[in-house]
Amino acid sequence: MERSATQDVLITLVVSALLIWIMPMLITTYTLTVLIIYGMLGLSLGLIWGFGGILCFGQAAFFGLGAYTYAIAAINIGESTVPMILAVLVPAVFAALLGAMMFYGRLTDVYLGVITLVVTLILFKFVNSTAGPQYVIGNARIGGFNGIPGFQTLNVPGDPNAYIWGVPYYYVCAVALVIVFLLVTWLLRSSFGRIAVGIRENETRMGLMGYDVAARKTVLFAIGAAIAGLAGALFANWGEIVTPNLFSLGQSAEIIIWCIVGGLGTRLGPIVGAAGLAYLKFMLGQQSMIDNTLIIGLILVLFVLFLPRGLVPAISGLFEATFGRARRRPAARRMRRARHG
Amino acid sequence: MDLSFVILVEMLYAVASLVLISAGLAIVFGMMKVINLAHGEFMMMGGYATITAVGLGVNVFVAMLVIAPLVVGLIGLIVERLVIRHLYGRLVDTMLATWGLSLVFIGLATMIFGNTTTGISTPIPGFAVGGYQINGYNFFIIVVSIVLVIAMYAILRGTRAGLIARGTMQRSDMAAALGYSPDRIYMATFFCGSALSGLAGAVLAPLVGLVPTSGGAYIAEAFITVIAGGPSLIAGLVSSATAFGLVNQIFTFAISPVIGEVALLVAAVVLLRAMPQGITGRFFKDKM
Repeated sequence: MERSATQDVLITLVVSALLIWIMPMLITTYTLTVLIIYGMLGLSLGLIWGFGGILCFGQAAFFGLGAYTYAIAAINIGESTVPMILAVLVPAVFAALLGAMMFYGRLTDVYLGVITLVVTLILFKFVNSTAGPQYVIGNARIGGFNGIPGFQTLNVPGDPNAYIWGVPYYYVCAVALVIVFLLVTWLLRSSFGRIAVGIRENETRMGLMGYDVAARKTVLFAIGAAIAGLAGALFANWGEIVTPNLFSLGQSAEIIIWCIVGGLGTRLGPIVGAAGLAYLKFMLGQQSMIDNTLIIGLILVLFVLFLPRGLVPAISGLFEATFGRARRRPAARRMRRARHG
Repeated sequence: MDLSFVILVEMLYAVASLVLISAGLAIVFGMMKVINLAHGEFMMMGGYATITAVGLGVNVFVAMLVIAPLVVGLIGLIVERLVIRHLYGRLVDTMLATWGLSLVFIGLATMIFGNTTTGISTPIPGFAVGGYQINGYNFFIIVVSIVLVIAMYAILRGTRAGLIARGTMQRSDMAAALGYSPDRIYMATFFCGSALSGLAGAVLAPLVGLVPTSGGAYIAEAFITVIAGGPSLIAGLVSSATAFGLVNQIFTFAISPVIGEVALLVAAVVLLRAMPQGITGRFFKDKM
């Protein structure tokens, strides 16, 4: 973070423009779109866990909530602009309430993990059981384990018939990710972000310095949920169906694995981890010799044991050790890795 | 009269199965402070061990009560030596590593047994109480969990091995100074915890259709029960299992099984918010 803000933004823009241009030549845009969406989801947890020290086991809850909000609102409204906004707001408000309940109760660590896990399970079980015709919101049937198909997908604001799909949708998602990434960068450079990192490092000290720790954690938690909600809405548009599996434990687990593999405490790590592992899973899905759950699991175990800092910090460390001539910042000044809640 | 008897049995059964599901995790988490997210998969493997053994012609009770715990205990031992040993004291890292392990086991089970539902029939027939039919196997589960709790208490409280284990968990440096190897004791404790998970999975196997992913159904409940129980091992286990079992069954009878499960989860959130240290952080202090 030693670089100036302008430099940071410029580098991000140039690199992402290059990637947006080059990647479709390597991977089909359809697959690429979902990788980008997963990247955004990874970033949402990377923000609250890596920089806020809040280990949320239920990031999938906000992802699913965003997707369902979008689907239900889109069916009722018949266009996509308002539903997109709702899909960001609803998870954020939900997370703010949940976060306020947890953080003002001074819950930390494992207890935080259990509660977020349990909330995800409640949503999963509840949505799964809403198959009957009596579960209706407006015109939208929640549809239980079948999910909700056939809602209005993304359109140009103001014109419900001009759908955005295929290659243009890829560009929409990519630009959305870049914008979110820049916003996260800005947030982390602001005093709010610095204080959030301070709270991660030493909650008691920040509290004694006069910062309202609970309020700040709650806000950060809600921001993370808003990003996850946006990713959920984009995912709903990509898949054109939402199912309760979005809330499942497996989904939550994957988000955590992405962050670990990519590297916590970096902005890029969770995105790289998410896109990389999702692509790996996609590739593994095309062969049937080895079960791909097995490989994902093995990767997680090996990373925790041998590379607990994750891929991005390890590679950038290696890069600096090889090419960094006059190292201006000694390693000790780097931020400590945050692993505990 | 008949109905109230049926409801009573169902409630006891709900509590007993929660105790059974959580016992292995309670040992591993309550004593060693290792959150074993592969607990559900240990249970799943216990189930598969039983079904395989029965398929080979072993008596079903021997398979459930002897073979499954031994097999899963050994798997636990290997896991402890290879992975968990390196992560003691790093709570979140063990959690993540065991989560990875759980995926590995799901993958392995899928490769070995296939992604299909298998099962064995309940070895104890049901019987009628008035106009109601009761599953006789429920009584077996109730008895097993009562015996289990008593045995755990007796071993931890009454035997020298239990004393050494408890001492090591409190101050491993002192135990080492007195000539006990903490490494060995941790290993043995993890073996016991895994064996209990295997036992639970085996005993519950006849009641569920077993698939490689069925561990996931248990882990949340076990996790909640153990965490809500708090620092005291046995008192916490029994009290939180009782609380959650009752809540679950009351709402199941009053509304529907799904609402019963949701009520259990909501109860857990409320309980943890009200008592962040768990039930035994406030009541029954300094019990086992």
